[in-house]
Amino acid sequence: MSYSCTSTVYELKCNECGKRFGNQPLSACPDCLAPLEVVYDLDSARGIFTREAIAKGPANIWRYAPLLPLPRGFEPDLPVGFTPLVKAKNLGKRIGASNLYVKNDAVCFPTLSFKDRVVSIALANAQGFGFETVGCSSTGNLANSVAAQAVRLGLKACVLVPSDLEAAKILNTQVYGARLVRIDGNYDHVNRLCTLIADEYNWGFVNVNLRPYYAEGSKTVGYEIAEQLGWRLPDNVVVPMAGGSLIRKIRKAFQELVYLGLVEDKPVRFFGAQATGCSPISQAVKQGLDYIEPQRPNTIARSLAIGNPADGPAAAKMIQETGGWAEDVSDVEIVSGIQELAETEGIFTETAGGVTTAVTARLYAHGCISPEELTVSVITGNGLKTTDAVAGHYQQGRAVRPRLADFDAYLRELDELPEPALVTAGGN
Amino acid sequence: MAVKVTLPTAFTRHTDGRKQFDSTAENLPALLSDIDQTFPALGTQIKDEDGKLRRFINIYVNDEDIRFLGGETYAFQDGDEIMLIPSIAGGCS
Repeated sequence: MSYSCTSTVYELKCNECGKRFGNQPLSACPDCLAPLEVVYDLDSARGIFTREAIAKGPANIWRYAPLLPLPRGFEPDLPVGFTPLVKAKNLGKRIGASNLYVKNDAVCFPTLSFKDRVVSIALANAQGFGFETVGCSSTGNLANSVAAQAVRLGLKACVLVPSDLEAAKILNTQVYGARLVRIDGNYDHVNRLCTLIADEYNWGFVNVNLRPYYAEGSKTVGYEIAEQLGWRLPDNVVVPMAGGSLIRKIRKAFQELVYLGLVEDKPVRFFGAQATGCSPISQAVKQGLDYIEPQRPNTIARSLAIGNPADGPAAAKMIQETGGWAEDVSDVEIVSGIQELAETEGIFTETAGGVTTAVTARLYAHGCISPEELTVSVITGNGLKTTDAVAGHYQQGRAVRPRLADFDAYLRELDELPEPALVTAGGN
Repeated sequence: MAVKVTLPTAFTRHTDGRKQFDSTAENLPALLSDIDQTFPALGTQIKDEDGKLRRFINIYVNDEDIRFLGGETYAFQDGDEIMLIPSIAGGCS
């Protein structure tokens, strides 16, 4: 399939000093080294970025192309995103919520995580800048997505991961033919090495020198939530935090929609979710800090295990500005969160989704969120990639002979029911 | 005693293109003073208006973030490799 995109005028701007840099592969402000942000001439999107125009677009993120940083002439072909927003009645009943929705990126195309959104924008720009090789530092989902989308576009991919990554995430990268390099260290070590490599090699690193463009892909989560709610904003959003980028970009999306008149303005509180074993941003929020104390990650939620998140200070500040909060949960609670979401809504999420679900439950339990408030819990990845986290909690059970009586007896055994007084006719 | 200091390319416009240099500084504050002396323009760039190291620069000693080693109080060891790296947001997952 093929769609053409109209993009609004955009360029890179330093978050700190405000200097603008046009469009180029650049990881940080050359002067003050702060992260860069893509800024748009939003007024030029008036008349283009409307509810009607969006409704006529394809059922994927490219329906929002005018507010995505896409190089001229780019023609996307993968139907990324536009994942379901489902009302979570059953989970709500269990945790005391009557107006709870789950944004389900566990089924994002093509590699089952929200990273497909950001990678598609990053690779569009990698092509635009003429890179032949793309790379990333990743704890798995990003690696999967870069590998899959790069091969589709004919780009070479080199992916660096921490050596202790889940086997499924390694396999899910190698299968696409990408070069995968395991680094003896944690994600922060891998990320630092990638910064050095990007400095020396002429590669497009999606989360280093293409990062400002890449991060914009996360806005599509926010656009979709608003559109799927019937062009209105929720009261609260609960978002997992690793680098601290997604939560900020959802807010940016909401602000753009308000500015362009697609939704009514209203206060939206943002709640961040982390694992206690790697909770630098939630600790900053809880302590009211405007800086991040780095941590050495130790959690099963490896996809959130960034001990030194550079977007952390901005995320912590933003959460506090919105009247929101951040919470962190233990590994045991993460597994319970995975199980609760699966058992109530039929959604099998990875450990990061367990974090988000467990934090959502806690926010209701502590009264931070009232039951009737419209709340969206953002699920970013698929449980099939982290089966190790829950595997020990289930037994296969013994094999039953293919006979009705045996099956009947087995069910009674499972339900701990007594043997029937009479055997029914034809029971064997 | 000497340590080896490595800079990102973005800084080399202040160091005549040099990415590495040796320093006899005994700790981080001494290294910053050394940079002020040797490469004044770099010294200005890496510090904010209050004279503090900008928060978007991470300092690594060998493979470790200096904040895990005691930050400014960490005493450099002979042969330590010190790296100044912009703090690039993760984006991991």
